[in-house]
Amino acid sequence: MAVFEQQATKKPPIYQIGIIHWIKENLFSTPINSVLTLFALYFLYLIIPPLADWIFFDATFSAVPNDQCNKEGACWSYIRENINLFAYGFYPSEEYWRPLTVLGLVIACVLFTRLMGTYEYKFKIVIAMVVILPVVAFFLLYGGLGLEVVETHKWGGLMLTIVISVVGMIASFPLGIMLALGRKSEMKIIRFFCIIYIEFFRGVPLITILFMASVVLPLFFAEGVNFDKLMRALIGITLFQTAYFAEVIRGGLQAIPKGQYEAADAIGLSYFQKTILIVLPQALKISIPNIVGFQISFFKDTTLVLIIGLFDMLAIVGLSSSDQNWLGNETEGYVFVMIVFWVILYSWSRYSKTLEKRFNTEQEHQKA
Amino acid sequence: MTKSKSFFSFLYNNEVRAFLFQVMALLAIVYFFYSAIDNMFVNIESRGIQTGFGFLEAESGFDIAEYLIDYSPTSSNLTVFYVGLINTIVVSIVGIIFASLIGLIIGIARLSNNWLIAKLAGGYIELFRNIPILLQILFWYNIALISFPHPRKSIEFFDTVFVNLRGIYLPKPIAEDGFIWVLVALLLGFVLKILMKRFFKKKHDDVGIETHTFGYSLLLIIGLPVMVYWALGSPLYFDYPALKGFNFRGGMSLSPEFLALAFALSVYTATYIAEAIRSGIESVSKGQKEAAQAIGLTRIQSLKLVILPQALRVAIPPIINQYLNLTKNSSLAAAIGYAELVSTFAGTVLNQVGQAVEIMLMTMAVYLTISLFISLVLNIVNHRMKIKER
Repeated sequence: MAVFEQQATKKPPIYQIGIIHWIKENLFSTPINSVLTLFALYFLYLIIPPLADWIFFDATFSAVPNDQCNKEGACWSYIRENINLFAYGFYPSEEYWRPLTVLGLVIACVLFTRLMGTYEYKFKIVIAMVVILPVVAFFLLYGGLGLEVVETHKWGGLMLTIVISVVGMIASFPLGIMLALGRKSEMKIIRFFCIIYIEFFRGVPLITILFMASVVLPLFFAEGVNFDKLMRALIGITLFQTAYFAEVIRGGLQAIPKGQYEAADAIGLSYFQKTILIVLPQALKISIPNIVGFQISFFKDTTLVLIIGLFDMLAIVGLSSSDQNWLGNETEGYVFVMIVFWVILYSWSRYSKTLEKRFNTEQEHQKA
Repeated sequence: MTKSKSFFSFLYNNEVRAFLFQVMALLAIVYFFYSAIDNMFVNIESRGIQTGFGFLEAESGFDIAEYLIDYSPTSSNLTVFYVGLINTIVVSIVGIIFASLIGLIIGIARLSNNWLIAKLAGGYIELFRNIPILLQILFWYNIALISFPHPRKSIEFFDTVFVNLRGIYLPKPIAEDGFIWVLVALLLGFVLKILMKRFFKKKHDDVGIETHTFGYSLLLIIGLPVMVYWALGSPLYFDYPALKGFNFRGGMSLSPEFLALAFALSVYTATYIAEAIRSGIESVSKGQKEAAQAIGLTRIQSLKLVILPQALRVAIPPIINQYLNLTKNSSLAAAIGYAELVSTFAGTVLNQVGQAVEIMLMTMAVYLTISLFISLVLNIVNHRMKIKER
């Protein structure tokens, strides 16, 4: 009679667990997949070693003049020597503390907003900051009231890139809301003009609007009235972004159930009360992920100002690499600017993804 | 009890208010435009700029590197406009074709069950969509300029294709008389293919017998034109580029500016197309795939009949939008000097003539027309792809 004997537990076969199993499942599951994997590995082998050599192993990191750089690799000493140009343009070096103070103030305000949590007057304080901060920032950057005046044609580099994108964002936001409301309005003439405006600015490339702002706009003002180049670029960019913001916010307006409008009418709210208390808070909340998405693409668009002769970070590459001492370093310059833009834009888009997720879960809670 | 009405109470009537508000807005807008245009005329006069479109007839007086219609420095400014317009369209179409191909490959690769391929595709998307397009154009142009050799040391491929600083030289196909019949045969092949497809589909619907038409289609579309081509005695020859003196003569050339622009536009727009395709495919619910399997469709059939029609409905509108964006972004050629509309007409001609208002209006009108045309196409597509409810 057979007696049951406990057998020693067998380990799972080696190809069923751990890293080998993972490789088999994910890289070599079918013959086609295996071929693709090998092909991809070969591709990486072709790309990565030369790139790594150029960026790290053959590169010159120490601060040496151009002719002592190893020409096999990147000459990073060019970036080292010109870093202030990339950051501030021609802003006088003894005044660098001013843009830095502005940056510090902005960061402090953002942190402060976070710290407030759900404080009762948070919204009002934030509005106050959004209004006051640009004024203080302009005073610090431009000068006046005892500070030495720094003309805007000396602004440049990353500082200018950030100034343009932030001003565009702040100015086009309220205008965009007004246009979106206008396009949804029942007043035919208002709606007509809003549609014309939005479709016009969305239909033409930003570069033509910048040309328009830099060559045609001065003709529209009475003699003696003149804006500097930066101001004209800012006007062009704001007009352009307003049209896109308006469409994003209109999307939010359309997503609000009709009952909300009717309920607001039923309790006797006026148009402005209805809009400010009921409609906009909901519409803006829905549009936030899209607004951030557009802000990202507007940040990319700021580089276009180089075509009308402003020295943003990208324009600095052409400028500094045509300097007698640093000839032929365009590639290093472009790669450096690419890295800066990529880091900013990538973290920004990650942030917008988390925003989207947060927004989605909230909606699911409401449904449940 | 009657409510006492003051004289101004009509102001509280919503309709009256709306009317007054609109009249005020209209007056403000009219005044704004009136004063702007008035100022403009004063300024134009005081600066001695001419007005009107007479400048279009004048001689341009400058050379353009790339043109597809007859052009010389003695041509009129209007010809410059057409040259620029055609170059804009050419680079946009080339960009759209390559962006679609790269986008399709990357979008599908992103969903691959091969981990490495999926990650590579994801890396491609994250890398290229987070760098401004203008920076990419300048970067590739710079790479082309430093890596392409001097004309005398051109890189050759089989003695027919040459790559050097001035661009890529390719053999140029030149059609002789009778080549038109090959194109006619090609067209006929397509028409016959569609008719055949219809015939066999009807047969399938009627009697349920399926016929594989792939071979016949291939025969019609490729076989027919090739037969005509041979029958007519190959009415096509190639003009090969050759080094004469300091430069290449003959053949056709693609300038580094064109290459950099088309490449950057394709690579950048492809990331958005890939994302659109991915989200389209992901939007088809798993149940659809399983249902297709359950009723016994093959993999190809389920892809063709169930998944793709639904995925495309989500993917196509954003893709068409990207085509529009690509066309608008082609105007960034102004930064590297490819001879398209903005860099030639709104650039060089504007600098010479100085009639900014007319020139900018014409340029913007072109882009507005293109974008209105594309939104029209989009509307038609959206309408045709709407879910048909019964």
